[in-house]
Amino acid sequence: MTLKVVVVGAGVVGAACAFHAASAGLDVTVTDRGPVGAGTTSRGEGNVLLSDKEPGPELDLARLSRTLWDEVGGELGPDTFELEAKGGLVVASGPEGLAALQEFAARQEAAGVRAERVDRVRDLEPHLAPGLPGGVHYPQDAQVQPVLAAAALLRAAVRHGARFRQGEVAGAVTGRDGRVTGVRTAAGEVLPADAVVNAAGTWGGEVGRRLGAPVEVLPRRGFVLVTEPLPPMVRHKVYSADYVAGVASSDAGLETSCVVEGTRGGTILIGASRERVGFDTTMNTAVVTRLAAQACRLFPFLRGVHLMRAYRGFRPYCPDHLPVVGPDPRVPGVVHACGHEGAGIGLAPATGALVTAHLLGRPWRGADPAAHTGLLPDRFLTPGGAPQ
Amino acid sequence: MSEPADLVVVGAGPAGMAAAATALAGGVRVVLLDSQAALGGQYWRHPPEHARALVATDDLHHGLRRYRALCQALAAHRTTGRLDLRLGHHAWSVVREDDGFAVHAVDRREAPRETALVLRAPRLLVATGAYDRQLPFPGWDVPGVLTVGGLQALLKGGGVAAGSRVALGGTGPFLLPVAAGLAARGVEVVAVCEAAHPRAWLRHPGPLLRNPGKWAEGAGYAAALLRHRVPVRPRTAIVAAAGGARVTSVRIASLAPDGSPRPGTERRVEVDAVGVGWGFAPQLDLLVPLGCALTDSADGNAVVAVDGGQRTTVPGVYAAGETCGVGGAALAVNEGRLAARSILADLGAGPLPVNGRPAAPRSAVTRQRAFARAMALAHPLPPAWPSWLTDETVVCRCEEVSAGAIRTARAEGAHDHRQVKQLTRAGMGWCQGRMCGPAVHCLTARGRAYEPAERLVATPVTLGALADLDETPPAPPAPPVPPVPPASTADGETDKECP
Repeated sequence: MTLKVVVVGAGVVGAACAFHAASAGLDVTVTDRGPVGAGTTSRGEGNVLLSDKEPGPELDLARLSRTLWDEVGGELGPDTFELEAKGGLVVASGPEGLAALQEFAARQEAAGVRAERVDRVRDLEPHLAPGLPGGVHYPQDAQVQPVLAAAALLRAAVRHGARFRQGEVAGAVTGRDGRVTGVRTAAGEVLPADAVVNAAGTWGGEVGRRLGAPVEVLPRRGFVLVTEPLPPMVRHKVYSADYVAGVASSDAGLETSCVVEGTRGGTILIGASRERVGFDTTMNTAVVTRLAAQACRLFPFLRGVHLMRAYRGFRPYCPDHLPVVGPDPRVPGVVHACGHEGAGIGLAPATGALVTAHLLGRPWRGADPAAHTGLLPDRFLTPGGAPQ
Repeated sequence: MSEPADLVVVGAGPAGMAAAATALAGGVRVVLLDSQAALGGQYWRHPPEHARALVATDDLHHGLRRYRALCQALAAHRTTGRLDLRLGHHAWSVVREDDGFAVHAVDRREAPRETALVLRAPRLLVATGAYDRQLPFPGWDVPGVLTVGGLQALLKGGGVAAGSRVALGGTGPFLLPVAAGLAARGVEVVAVCEAAHPRAWLRHPGPLLRNPGKWAEGAGYAAALLRHRVPVRPRTAIVAAAGGARVTSVRIASLAPDGSPRPGTERRVEVDAVGVGWGFAPQLDLLVPLGCALTDSADGNAVVAVDGGQRTTVPGVYAAGETCGVGGAALAVNEGRLAARSILADLGAGPLPVNGRPAAPRSAVTRQRAFARAMALAHPLPPAWPSWLTDETVVCRCEEVSAGAIRTARAEGAHDHRQVKQLTRAGMGWCQGRMCGPAVHCLTARGRAYEPAERLVATPVTLGALADLDETPPAPPAPPVPPVPPASTADGETDKECP
């Protein structure tokens, strides 16, 4: 009998889970209270990055994901979601930062990331400010348009037989053995399921709780600035080396470390701030002016360029800043796929493949559960199953 | 201004001017900012101060006595230092702070140079008005096809007629003053295509009868149009425009009751300029990010929800004028006064030392809102307007997104303009959906009121200006006092109702 899977969340991670699970022949229903890609998926820059990750479980997933993005592009057409292998350029602002960056890059290289030392950063980005001491070029870094990517993945899943049902999840229905047999929606409907994938992103903590398998997923607010459209001025994803420190940080206060890149539409995106303020949606003009100042220091031509809009979203992060991907031992049938923080777009295909591998009980598209045990929810639980 | 302000008013049109004047009369300190170089907003738009003597525009205006009285009242308060008037200042964001509101603005008086600054006060009044609502049609992006509001702004702001043979189309009473103004400047207005049926008014006779001033105003325009032999054609619409570097013709069709063109009625008319307007869309960009609740209005727009004293749902934030629902300048003035009275009361200021019964503005507002509602119901968007579009018709002009692409997105499940934006880029360009938003909404979610997308940046601002704000904490110099507007009337501002 075909395994029935309900994927909760139609963001890019949920869409990738549905795509891989449906491709593997499973019976897939995707459910979301909103339309496809309307949450954090629509609030990011579309980063597919290796450059910002230190060696470890996340980088292992990211390397697989980078390969799978190319596969998805080959299958669905890279233009359907603006897949662009533009490469990343991390620049240091001073000699000390450069030394730290180069040491970091050397460790990444040892873990299989392509990283190239750059002494004259303006050879790669002619509009960078003069006097920057150097940087590292990461040719594997790429970009996608995340909502188009989520929509394309979901469409492909539907072609493989998946269904999309708009609705909100209220809880899990379990059998006498405690195994999931279905998902109850807020409308009172029951979707039959042998497995439920929690791909609710920033709301993954709440969905996990409703399913009886709580995981700690917290929101971290970020703003992105968008300029007026320009002729191509910035070729790579360019960011300052302090971004690497910001990603891994747990500080509560505001952090900004500037990432500047062009888009297919001609606009320039400037990220990224990180604030732990819960789900507070209010505008923070101090963040906007800080990001503007940092971007202008990297690219002085930006001083005369108009900020056209700003948007903000909530990155979902787990206390140890690693995503939680894998079956929850407390409720057999519940599989988590959330907590990707700012890397959800990049990590989506590998997360979908890894979830599918867990569901199948065997490797799928290069994702071997045995190689990604560091992402299992068990790490948050005591041997008895209670949260640590 | 040395002492801190009690109130920031954003927008110096009829509502903002009246609110500021009333609040100042009540003894509080006010900052009044507006993006334009002169007081008056769109309704009382005037040429820049230095050109006023050369460009006569008085005959284009309605209620100029009131405008001048308000200008005088404001000028007097500038002299005492209690009004900090900031013309040429665009507000790009407003945020709540512990003890009030911070209005983030850019000073553009020396454009293209911009200076970012922050204006703070415990109370905020948003009177940012409205702008022309547009419906796309084949050829609407040909040069020379303007909004009726744009035609009017050229006339009032510079004495410029946009063409010599002009067709106007759309719906609503605003078409009439624009036609009359153009005709008075010697423009041949070849047709005023009003999509609504004049009988629609008869369904709401009460508000019409209770607002004789409005009725008289309309009759005045009708007489002017008759005098200039301007043909007003009810139940018709401009359904296409053609031309290359400049518009050369339009196609006008009679409309069936659902708004679709009647087959066989289309005719081609040669023109060198076109003005189109389908009512107005309120400018809510500063209010939505603050979290102010919206409510539906009769014209299909969501507007900011206010109580009987113009208070929004966010404590300390007030709104007046078209942001609360499109209703014209007389209503805006009364809403501005009403808002100022609430602000004075909420600040604990003493009673207003002005004549007039306290209830007067409120009853006028109620009466005039009823009129505005009747007007909106009599001038709906024709339900079948999308039938004018071909799949190739551009709907989002900034990103060149066609009607066909939007229909495809809808077929794929996009059920509102936000989702269409994510999938097609419609509304992602320079105007941020201000032009195409209502149309995209109608194409995807007709039947619901149009709620604009949240725009955290209300006007484009250079990154350099923002960067400077980050590096140097604000200490904005007070702008120099410009000359007082001409005082051709001795009237003080009183609480008399608008004519």
